Amino acid sequence: MIIKLKKELNFAEGTGMLDIDTQIEEGSFVAISGVSGSGKTSLLRLITGLEKPKEGYIQINGETWLDTNNKINLPPQKRRVGYVFQKYTLFPNMTVRQNLNYALEKHQSSNIIEELIEQMGLSNLVNEYPYKLSGGQQQRVALARALVRKPKILLLDEPLSALDEAMRSILQDYLLKIHQTYNLTTLLVSHDMGEIFKMANQVLVLSKGKIVQLGTPESIFLNNRISGKYKVSGEVLQIVPSDIVYVVKVKLGNNIVRVIASEEEVKEMRVGERVMLVSNAFKPMIIRRGNEEIH
Amino acid sequence: MNHEFYQTLLITFELAAITTLFLLIIGIPLGFYLSNTKTKFKPVLETFISMPLVLPPTVLGFYLLLTFSPESTLGAWLLATFDIRLVFSFTGLVIGSIIYSLPFMVHPIQSGFENLPRSYSEASYTLGKSKLQTIFSVLLPNMKPSVLTGVVLSFAHTVGEFGVVLMLGGNIPGETKVASIAIYDEVENLNYAAANNYALILFIFSFLVLMMVYAINGRGIKANEF
Repeated sequence: MIIKLKKELNFAEGTGMLDIDTQIEEGSFVAISGVSGSGKTSLLRLITGLEKPKEGYIQINGETWLDTNNKINLPPQKRRVGYVFQKYTLFPNMTVRQNLNYALEKHQSSNIIEELIEQMGLSNLVNEYPYKLSGGQQQRVALARALVRKPKILLLDEPLSALDEAMRSILQDYLLKIHQTYNLTTLLVSHDMGEIFKMANQVLVLSKGKIVQLGTPESIFLNNRISGKYKVSGEVLQIVPSDIVYVVKVKLGNNIVRVIASEEEVKEMRVGERVMLVSNAFKPMIIRRGNEEIH
Repeated sequence: MNHEFYQTLLITFELAAITTLFLLIIGIPLGFYLSNTKTKFKPVLETFISMPLVLPPTVLGFYLLLTFSPESTLGAWLLATFDIRLVFSFTGLVIGSIIYSLPFMVHPIQSGFENLPRSYSEASYTLGKSKLQTIFSVLLPNMKPSVLTGVVLSFAHTVGEFGVVLMLGGNIPGETKVASIAIYDEVENLNYAAANNYALILFIFSFLVLMMVYAINGRGIKANEF
């Protein structure tokens, strides 16, 4: 799959250019990562054809969807994409089954519907209207609906971000199963490192509309970061002198820990300040956030 | 109450019904277009549609009278080609009423489209469905209160029009005489009782119609809370 796209975008710091030029292996599971406003959603919308680029070229499985030089720009209806939105995905006026049936093409056999209902565990829900379903159930139906047309590529725009941890995990398993069954090229926008490691075999990191990193999750997230230390951030609650050292009480999530610190370490530390607790093989260290280098 | 009384009421409601039907056919595509377009002419188009809200109906009626008159180019052409005469005729009234009540249909439908999440139509497009199918299968069924509000308001507004009808239709019993004109007519002839018959019916009708709109919208809001 070849993607070349250029489009003016509005970033947080003003306008800029989305400029993508990449190839994605068919059948791969690609996570798209990047801070908000870096162009992740725009990239997906440009692939669906819901937005038009200034110039671009998209080819998938030998089919050209977009070629601005030759005035080719297939409408979303003609591009075989499965798109799952973050929310408000199902049509409220239709039951689960009607939502799925709606996606059928003319003369397409409804066997696929039964297959998806079975695979996504929806058989108890088929006659329910969307408002009766939980967020996770709704996204499961939306995913099934996106697959009815047998798309060539599946685009997922943070479809799990509104769900709680347990539900996310279940949905991730369904997504993996779908990816394995249909060997579908899948692009998933995600911020969650755990999710990316679990799902993706490639990560594409966007920043201000450009691809700044591309590789396996290991190569992107683990190199440079691995060390003998772990770091936790917390908040200083109390600094008490005790003999020749100081005892600093730090709130870490719901826990309060006591750390021994030298006079040098607490010199400019204030109650309420955010700090990093770093533990290495020898002793925990406490570091003020301002002094810490950001990796 | 005589034959003419019923005939006038019949014409009034017939005019409102036909006008509303045409407005529905025009209002849905127009509202959809306005809710989606990014053209810079949108303010101009919206101004034209909303003009009847602020324009004295007699002004609108006056210009329609000039445009449709057999002495004008359009009027002469219509008469010569189709044998249609739009001044002092029921057909002319329907066209005048459509223009007069247009904002009452287009505004609720346009805001109905605008208030639906974009993901509804976009999901439908990515599922391979055309705009037309998206509008009828996905969008309209999820904005019934807006459509109903448009229908009810257009109907009621047409029933209540006076200036346009008077200028364009005149006062021909059985053809262009509607209830609001009849009231004026009866009062002019000092037939207060007859005027009251019409007036009371219009009063009750307007009250019921508005109450219906508020009831529908109240329910609509509750349904959307899910």
